[in-house]
Amino acid sequence: MSTATADHHDHDDHHGPAPGLMRWVYTTNHKDIGTLYLLFALVMFFIGGGMALIIRAELFQPGLQIVDPLFFNSMTTMHALVMIFGVVMPAFVGLANWMIPMMIGGPDMALPRLNNWSFWIMPFAFAVLLSTLFMEGGGPAGGWTLYAPLSLQGGDNLAFVIFAIHFMGISSVMGSINIVATIFNMRAPGMTLMKMPLFVWTWLITAYLLIAVIPVLAGAVTMLLTDRYFDTSFFSAAGGGDPVMFQHIFWFFGHPEVYILILPAFGIISSIIPTFARKPLFGYASMVYATASIAFLSFIVWAHHMFTVGMPLAGEMFFMFATMMISVPTGVKVFNWIATMWRGSMTFETPMLFAIGFLVMFTIGGLSGLMLAITPADIQYHDTYFVVAHFHYVLVPGAIYSIMAATYYWIPKWTGNMYDEKWGKIHFWVSTVFLNVLFFPMHFVGLAGMPRRIPDYSMQFADWNAVATIGAFGFGFSQLIFVYVVYKCIKGGEKATTEVWEGADGLEWTVPSPAPYHTFETPPAIR
Amino acid sequence: MSIVLRWLVTAYALLFCSLSLAAIGDINMPVGVTPISKEVYGLHMMIFWICCVIGVLVFAVMFYSMFKHRKSKGAKAADFHESTVVEIIWTAVPLVILIAMAIPAAKTLIAMEDTSDADVTIKVTGYQWKWHYEYLDSEISFFSSLDADHNAARQVGSGIDVSQFDNYLKEVDNELVLPVGKKIRFLHTASDVIHSWWVPALAVKKDAIPGFINENWALIEEPGVYRGKCAELCGRDHGFMPIVVRAVPEEEYEQWVAEMSPAPMVAETSEDSAPAAADGDAEREWALAELMEKGESVYNTSCAACHQANGQGLPGAFPAIAGSPVATGPVDAHINVIYAGVSGTAMAAFANQLSDSDMAAVITYQRNAFGNTVGDLVQPSAIKALR
Amino acid sequence: MNTIRKAHLIVAGKLSLLVVGMFGFGYLMVPLYDIICDITGLNGKTSSVAVSAPTESNASDRLVTVEFVSVVNSSAAWTFKPVQRTMQVVPGQTYNASYEVVNLSGHPAVGQAVPSVAPSSAAKYFNKIECFCFTRQEFEAGGRKVMPLVFFIEEDLPRSIDTVTLSYTYFDTGEEPADLSDS
Repeated sequence: MSTATADHHDHDDHHGPAPGLMRWVYTTNHKDIGTLYLLFALVMFFIGGGMALIIRAELFQPGLQIVDPLFFNSMTTMHALVMIFGVVMPAFVGLANWMIPMMIGGPDMALPRLNNWSFWIMPFAFAVLLSTLFMEGGGPAGGWTLYAPLSLQGGDNLAFVIFAIHFMGISSVMGSINIVATIFNMRAPGMTLMKMPLFVWTWLITAYLLIAVIPVLAGAVTMLLTDRYFDTSFFSAAGGGDPVMFQHIFWFFGHPEVYILILPAFGIISSIIPTFARKPLFGYASMVYATASIAFLSFIVWAHHMFTVGMPLAGEMFFMFATMMISVPTGVKVFNWIATMWRGSMTFETPMLFAIGFLVMFTIGGLSGLMLAITPADIQYHDTYFVVAHFHYVLVPGAIYSIMAATYYWIPKWTGNMYDEKWGKIHFWVSTVFLNVLFFPMHFVGLAGMPRRIPDYSMQFADWNAVATIGAFGFGFSQLIFVYVVYKCIKGGEKATTEVWEGADGLEWTVPSPAPYHTFETPPAIR
Repeated sequence: MSIVLRWLVTAYALLFCSLSLAAIGDINMPVGVTPISKEVYGLHMMIFWICCVIGVLVFAVMFYSMFKHRKSKGAKAADFHESTVVEIIWTAVPLVILIAMAIPAAKTLIAMEDTSDADVTIKVTGYQWKWHYEYLDSEISFFSSLDADHNAARQVGSGIDVSQFDNYLKEVDNELVLPVGKKIRFLHTASDVIHSWWVPALAVKKDAIPGFINENWALIEEPGVYRGKCAELCGRDHGFMPIVVRAVPEEEYEQWVAEMSPAPMVAETSEDSAPAAADGDAEREWALAELMEKGESVYNTSCAACHQANGQGLPGAFPAIAGSPVATGPVDAHINVIYAGVSGTAMAAFANQLSDSDMAAVITYQRNAFGNTVGDLVQPSAIKALR
Repeated sequence: MNTIRKAHLIVAGKLSLLVVGMFGFGYLMVPLYDIICDITGLNGKTSSVAVSAPTESNASDRLVTVEFVSVVNSSAAWTFKPVQRTMQVVPGQTYNASYEVVNLSGHPAVGQAVPSVAPSSAAKYFNKIECFCFTRQEFEAGGRKVMPLVFFIEEDLPRSIDTVTLSYTYFDTGEEPADLSDS
């Protein structure tokens, strides 16, 4: 198999990286592309984070001190678009690129040139998206959900935003096709589907979700585009359309998207906890089935984002029950992780700390999600800071922490050097303290009646908003520690062993550290 | 390391305790004043406590394991990795809990949807960025926007200390007056983009969608003032379109309705939603100073959101008034833009939103402020003639 | 063309078909949504097709209140009001109602009324035999029209519904009227 695969590779692939900067432009190596994705995500993390800090700075105290409300709205809109499409998704794709071929014993991704292309579209897409901020009239300000008719009211930034979304979508879809082809065709002999690490499994399911829903988003935004510029009226009541239909189509994409942002995280946590508990993952098969059922359920719960639009009673009931059902497979996962820890022999290096942080705070976010599923209560929670608190609890200590955990876990394999354990732990503790100072008070102001997406608020919310802003700046700046640790680790440090972690299990820990430019050109033997 | 850690944890705990004591009143959902809001509050607390119990159990097991089964304490790893019985139990138990939670939720939901037998019907229309109320059983209708003092204070760099206002951003010019003890049915719709009318104390939140009508209901049990906000992002001033409901005893409500109802004769001639037309404002001649003064306040409530208080607009999004070809060009074209709007843009038609004198004043103001010096003035009678 | 390459292309090809299919599905959701709206009365949408009058008028024994409501979209300078505010109707019988509209803008314009019924569960029982909302109306500057509506409510309207609100929102379509003298 390896010789057959090598036939169509560029000849320089056989000798290690090409010299100079052009290496990164022309590269078709899965490790190089993984690195590019991860660095891109890191840069976007600080751009999106900067936007969040502008939002929190304005909300530090009542009254408008810093920005115009329209600019505030475009900050909330862009913050979401950047964090979702520019940080979490590329970071997961980057991890997939680095780890999936090594985890399944394959030599590279299935379609290396496509891989290069899907990465290099991203910087262009985001350059277009971010450029709207400097256009006359400013960036998109109608929320990342782009609800019609508000999104149709703004300036010509809409056309640029839609163009950017199309390109991000093309990139994600190509990346997903590549991942599916890799998993199906590049596994080492003997690596059956039910022997694959869970990170590979969750990514396989995520890739299918992406392929299924990104085109739906593309359709929805294309309809917006033609409504705005070509006189169609999909979403305008005057021409026989319906603005609520946009919400249905959008959330048909949007809810699976939520799981796209969390399923790979489940895979990462399922790799890390067994390593540091020195005990195999509990309930491997049920983990796979739980992931698949979450993916299936994600297609039939979309309207729980829309309980206030006025649905028939039967519809509200159905979406309430279906949404509550999601907590069953999610619960199974959490219980399995705890059972993996139970009677293990645990140590708490930085990746494990982040994994436990994930487990605790994702559970908090999951429980507030269960509260949100109860339709009558959701009518009070909807579009308040309670929702903001909920999804930040599942996305920041969920998706972002899993990415941090993965970085600390695998970076010795990537660079060949151990990261600085002391600073890694400091990074975890400072982040976790500030993260809770930032997001926990949002539950309170939300329940007390503070709506989302407002630049100014009543006096009664002042105390907790001030606290949240302090947390935001603390959390934001503590991420510089992460940059420092990563930089230091790339530059040097204690040499990592092949196995790196005492309890590590999996093919990626059988290749030397740093992983050579080409791995598994001869398929490994699977036990 | 561990000393630093302990210090951090202590500081963190102290911060939380002190702050939660300071603002303990404002950290939960209001119980509200309607039967539905009380049911919703009950549901909310029930789920909250269930989640707390689940959370405590899960975290207790987890932290016990983390303290007990650590390598530094000499724990040896066991080797089990599945147990069908345990897995079935922790799939089935949550299912039972879910069903237990779903039943009362479904009951409340059914009650929420039952809008029949209403005593009073109010049509609530969302505008960018104000509300319009229409009492369908009487001829009363009016706009309700953010109080002018609050509006001045909330401008960027206004220099006004907002903490002087008791209900900052929760005060309006015209309150929605409702009777206590009556079933009130709300019809929700919007005139431009999607809004959402939300009063937490009534547990009423429903999207107002242009072209479509939604309904909802409330039965207020106690007199009082209940404040709410627009809950759906609706553009630049989404945060500045509050709702104030004043619930009064029935007799007081009847009295208010009698006072507010337009006299039958005037009702025939005046526009449905142009309240000031009734007092003869439109007939008399106005002086420039008078128009300018009124115009400035109308401008600040109805125009400044987009065109900015200084008339400079936001380039690319909203055109400037200062030096604009419309505001310095022929007066008829200027009137037409304000009166009929510009289709295909965010510029609304104000014919149904402003009275004759308001419109005349604001046009006059635009032509003679921000460095514009056209010098002419528009009389309310000129607007009235258009109607 | 070796086997592994072929396998990759087969997977990529199948998935690309799925991508195209799902893009199409996004558009398919538009007619699907309309069908679901028709069945469930989602959004209070009523049918935009004229129906014929009920054949037998075996009048039901109850009265239902029909409320008439009007909204003018911000894009339009019109006055638009129901001529009658409410009506007591017997399900199964045909009634006439009308709305009055005036074009306040200083130029000719084309308007379109969009109907919506509350509660939305009543929408599918609300039938229009004739309605101004079936077509667009052209107006000269200052033009005024009284526009008719002929409707009936089906007898099997659920008993729990005692009031049906019919709302029309009037939009300016932004079009230039065709030659007015023709119409």
